[in-house]
Amino acid sequence: MTKIPRAGGPPAGPVNDEAAVRLVGASLRRGGREILRDLDLVVPRGRITAVMGPSGTGKTSLLSLVSGELAPSKGQVFVEGQDINTLDRRRLYALRRRMGMLFQEGALFTDLSVFDNVAFPLREHTRLPEALVRVIVLLKLEAVGLRGAADLYPSELSGGMSRRAALARAVVMDPAVVLYDEPLTGLDPISMGVILRLIRDLNRTLGLTSVVVSHDVQEMLSLADHFYVLADGRLIAQGDRESLRAQAAASPWVRQFLEGEADGPVPFHYPARPLWDDLLGGEAA
Amino acid sequence: MKSTLSEIGSSPFQAVATLGAVGLFLVRILGAIPRALARPRALIEQIFVVGAVSTNLILVGGLFVGLVMGLQFYTALARFGATSALGGLVALSLLRELSPVVTALLYAGRAGTSLASELGLMRATEQFKAMEVMAVDPVERVVAPRFLAGVLSVPLLTALFSAVGILGGYLVGVRLMGLDPGVFWSNLRASVRFRQDFLNGEFKALVFGILCTLVALYEGYHSDPTAEGLGRATTRSVVIASLAVLSCDYLMTAFLYR
Repeated sequence: MTKIPRAGGPPAGPVNDEAAVRLVGASLRRGGREILRDLDLVVPRGRITAVMGPSGTGKTSLLSLVSGELAPSKGQVFVEGQDINTLDRRRLYALRRRMGMLFQEGALFTDLSVFDNVAFPLREHTRLPEALVRVIVLLKLEAVGLRGAADLYPSELSGGMSRRAALARAVVMDPAVVLYDEPLTGLDPISMGVILRLIRDLNRTLGLTSVVVSHDVQEMLSLADHFYVLADGRLIAQGDRESLRAQAAASPWVRQFLEGEADGPVPFHYPARPLWDDLLGGEAA
Repeated sequence: MKSTLSEIGSSPFQAVATLGAVGLFLVRILGAIPRALARPRALIEQIFVVGAVSTNLILVGGLFVGLVMGLQFYTALARFGATSALGGLVALSLLRELSPVVTALLYAGRAGTSLASELGLMRATEQFKAMEVMAVDPVERVVAPRFLAGVLSVPLLTALFSAVGILGGYLVGVRLMGLDPGVFWSNLRASVRFRQDFLNGEFKALVFGILCTLVALYEGYHSDPTAEGLGRATTRSVVIASLAVLSCDYLMTAFLYR
């Protein structure tokens, strides 16, 4: 196993009221495997925070901790100042109404039209008259450029369009925090650009706090204000763009990830016995 | 850990754990039913999707079962010169046994699979997760209306099956074999008792409706979020529901018709 250096010191950035999301020494263990180890992480309010790392390092699990879907085996998770794991179901749901989440594949409801998908949270949680629901939904769809697709069903949408429709649904309740789970995966460059622009614009115009989990390094570097790099369930780097570059110079691990090098602290080869032994040894054990 | 119904039998411990999980799932559904009833539109929609679409299958199935019974019973009764008992025999076999059981089996194949695959697909495409994050309980919003719809539909479908089956028996016995229609109907009316025969059959149908719908919903809701898991959940929902119906039928017959 490669030894992975840990980022030193307490989490950077403002604490307490300024933090929309805060993880304090959070660990997550599932099926006997420790997926996240002792994470200290602060998401500053009103900004875009990117959590990056190779596949399988627990980025999505980290979002599950923040949304309260999973409970940490150790440590605490605060969202909007509330320890999410001490909340009962009613209060957890009340908190979730102030959170939006964009899922990797959009997770639109397949039996509802785009309009009804976006209207879904409003109809579930508010008693707004249908005329007002219509206005809100059309405005949100306009923001993501899909007002003309309101009557289409998810099966009729392209990957980029479903992601945009899902984004409209995620922000329709005007949440305080929006979580993005790999928002760019599987998109063509144009759709990718559209989604990146939308994340940035929505964050600014709606005054959101955004947490974006992704392994698209270059896109994240251009999008986010604040960065965390995860590897093997631990934080190995954090800070703004400049400090990330500085840490890359110091740590081969961070450099390999940021530069996308094939070999390095994360080896190219899956652990195996020497090639020579394998070739000459035949079937031998 | 997640467990599926087919793991019953792999070990006694597992069996108890799985039955417990299914029981808890049922309790969760029952707890969500009052709020599901507050959305009558969603419920009616589900009764249509789950029940009404099975109607054609039930009508055709019931008719053929009735036709076959008319034929078989008539020839058997003719040996003893007792063809006048055809009406009662057809009606009793249908009301007490065949209608609830065959309806439940057809329902498990038609509606149960579609419920399991629908929920499995929703699981695989993270729609349940999305609901949870939107602070909407998927059991309340998705599972409970489907459960209610299934439980209400099966007894109705069973009654329909009996009606068409009796018609089938009538067609063969009276129209084809030449039995007197008066004899057919009067024998039927004399031998069928409303509570012991009709209501007991409907009670069976209610239990089968609960079983088949619960199994389909449980398997679909807890399926692995993959294409393979979806297929497995669909298959399991039929296999397990069928076995549950047949074994439960024996137990209920033993208790209801002592």
